[in-house]
Amino acid sequence: MSSGEKVAGSVANYVDERTGAAKWLKKNLTKVFPDHWSFMLGEIALYSFIILLLTGVFLTFWFDPSQRDVIYHGSYLPLNGIKMSAAYDSTLHISFDIRGGLLMRQIHHWAAILFMAAIVAHMLRVFFTGAFRKPREFNWIIGIGLLTLGIVEGFLGYSLPDDLLSGTGIRIAEAIIQAMPIVGSYLSFFAFGGPFPGTAFIPRIFTVHVLLLPGIFLALITAHLMLVWYQKHTQYPGPGRTEKNVVGYPLMPVYMAKAGGFFFIVFGVTAFLGAVASINPIWLYGPYTPTQISAGSQPDWYMGWLDGLVRMAPPIETHAFHHTISWNILIPGLIVPGIFFTVLALYPFIESWMTNDKREHHLLDRPRNAPNRTALGAFGITFMLVTLANGGNDLIATHFSLSINQITWMCRIGLLVLPPLAFAVTKRLCLSLQRSDRELVLHGKETGRLVLLPHGEFVEVHEPLSDAEAWTLTQHEQLPPLELEATDVHGVRRPGGLRNRLRARASRANAEAIAKPKPDDLKEIEHH
Amino acid sequence: MSDKAPRLSDPGLPEHVHRKADTDPAAAKKAERQVAILFLISALGTILFIYSYIWIRTDRFVYIPVMGSQNEQQLYMGLGLTVSLLFIGLGAIHWAKTLMPDNEVVAERHEFRSEEADRADFVATVKEQGAASGLGRRSLIKRTLGLSLGLIGLAPLVALRDLGPLPKKSLEETSWKAGTRLVVDPSNRPIKPSDLEVGGVVQVLPELAPGEERTLNNNAKDAVLLIRLRPEEFELSPERLSWTYQGIIAFSKICTHMGCAVALYEQQTKHLLCPCHQSTFDVPRAAKVIFGPAARPLPQLAITVDNEGYLVAQKPFTEAVGPSFWERSS
Repeated sequence: MSSGEKVAGSVANYVDERTGAAKWLKKNLTKVFPDHWSFMLGEIALYSFIILLLTGVFLTFWFDPSQRDVIYHGSYLPLNGIKMSAAYDSTLHISFDIRGGLLMRQIHHWAAILFMAAIVAHMLRVFFTGAFRKPREFNWIIGIGLLTLGIVEGFLGYSLPDDLLSGTGIRIAEAIIQAMPIVGSYLSFFAFGGPFPGTAFIPRIFTVHVLLLPGIFLALITAHLMLVWYQKHTQYPGPGRTEKNVVGYPLMPVYMAKAGGFFFIVFGVTAFLGAVASINPIWLYGPYTPTQISAGSQPDWYMGWLDGLVRMAPPIETHAFHHTISWNILIPGLIVPGIFFTVLALYPFIESWMTNDKREHHLLDRPRNAPNRTALGAFGITFMLVTLANGGNDLIATHFSLSINQITWMCRIGLLVLPPLAFAVTKRLCLSLQRSDRELVLHGKETGRLVLLPHGEFVEVHEPLSDAEAWTLTQHEQLPPLELEATDVHGVRRPGGLRNRLRARASRANAEAIAKPKPDDLKEIEHH
Repeated sequence: MSDKAPRLSDPGLPEHVHRKADTDPAAAKKAERQVAILFLISALGTILFIYSYIWIRTDRFVYIPVMGSQNEQQLYMGLGLTVSLLFIGLGAIHWAKTLMPDNEVVAERHEFRSEEADRADFVATVKEQGAASGLGRRSLIKRTLGLSLGLIGLAPLVALRDLGPLPKKSLEETSWKAGTRLVVDPSNRPIKPSDLEVGGVVQVLPELAPGEERTLNNNAKDAVLLIRLRPEEFELSPERLSWTYQGIIAFSKICTHMGCAVALYEQQTKHLLCPCHQSTFDVPRAAKVIFGPAARPLPQLAITVDNEGYLVAQKPFTEAVGPSFWERSS
């Protein structure tokens, strides 16, 4: 036994005698994880979070979260002698006088953008493949929580430097708080320690940004990963993959090396972006003052849809009995996002209500085989893209010399028309893809080889699919719609008729499919 | 429920195909060298990072096409870091893909639902222990505990009361009073009608009493835009017309939608545009909203001149400036 092995052995013995870890580790070091590129999206989100923690700690060493007035005398000469908050002053100091400070700031900001993008992409993967189904509903809800908190955390983060652009964002957030009926002005005064802007919000959002929310993130991410671990990962359908097994690589060594290596790659990519791609150049905006603004004010991308909704809201306020209700703020700022996130969080339960499917699912759906869900997803994405486009209506107008009023009107109409259109088109596309799968299984692949038959006819040779390919295209279930009769066996009307009709209709929509080939169909073809 | 239709048969996991490095020692040796080279490149990246930190000057800039001018030190530190991180990752993944075992492993899944006996035991335990605690029987304990737990939830809410003062009337008040002079921001110079040409626009704030200091809190409500038109261009009620002076009209600069500074004035159309959400206000018609989400015109400040000829406010704003709130009456 080498001396290295001896040391390792005695350390392991010491730990195991006190914790019994060996038993647990023995089982879990060889835990199986299925391999697929789309399973890396969640990993990117996790790794960006770690990068955010590391770079964020670096930034706190020099950032001064205070709105105390200071006169700037740093190395960025255009702002020399200007009065500003200590927060803005210290951000300039980090950007121009700390070696690697700007790099860390830019990596931090890029990682935040990547974090949100990865969360959204991961959520879409989980949605479109049906990975949220039983038993993973808890994890879906935790994920939606992380998405929502991520938006808040990102917004607070880019508000910390107290520059003109971010201060304008805070002003808008204040207006949303203030618009709440009954409690609005009180909540605003409590949040800001008095009238806007006051001198309290930078220190307060700093605490929330670096302590409170990261703490909640850590707890939720831990729960998210433990559930993935305990419930085992889902897998894509294929030969040998069933609802009862999981096929992939063991954690040690392959998955450790791949996942660990991938962390460094994600970090490397954000470092590259931070090195060459300038982001949030706060020195160009100047310090915040409520009397000024820069044209083309844009939030980060994950806030863009909210801003777009606010921009397209109709100018409606109710004035009655000496009170004001600002529908132009409440609808786009609170009501629509509230409905959107609630429906999103509850979707696993909505779907299982529609299909009455209460079984566990570990094999993922190919999106085309769940046309109704895929079409609903397309509805949601289109809704978000229209609002996002309207969030950039001023940039679109100036870049393409268009009328901003017309763009806004197009988006207002588009928000009502395009999502249903996307739903219908996507559903048809899914059914067409099912039809082409059926075609492929029954008639094989086109080879491009033309054969001249003795009697002069030309035919293209089709190569039959392998058993594995044919299985992958046909292994999915095609469930019939629920039979919800309006009357029971005795001919008596059931209670809840409207709800039953709605459910029957939703169930029919979910069950719509092109019949997949059966073994008999294939045999029949062979006879020809 | 499940799909009972007959299916094709599952051919099972495909045969494992060996990689070149699994069978050919020379190929394995080559892969090992490749991994080592990737790790060495990473080490070079870290050396570049340290070199840049120490020896590149902080105040030098380089121009990169498309990306623009960049600080040289930050750029090379970043590139060094990129190489050092990226190549550790590439090395590890290349190692895993070429040399580590690539046999797929199958593990069984088990239903999460507990055994019937365990579930029954659990229910029995809860019932038994619940009964032993007497929670069901002793309703006095249950009710008083509920009361105290409910009340303790109030404690943090009460403790947060000192986060800020109550709004009282402050959202409806500004620093403008009858006779307050309009001064140009930031020079604090009073302004005469002759200082503003037709078509001109200037931001003004209320003059401060000696010794008073301007705060952002005041500016957030007090900022006013002065715009000079030809008097015949106004389409105002007689009262509002009397609030102007020789074609000069004054509006709150704080948007009635969400409080941004309404800073874009288009001289040709005489429109004021808020860059945040594009609410557009028509200046000759008392800043009536003609586009965008704002629901109210910008409040107009009544102005005149004092006996020295400087522009002053006739009276305070007659309505609250800025975004709407529940208690706002108008």
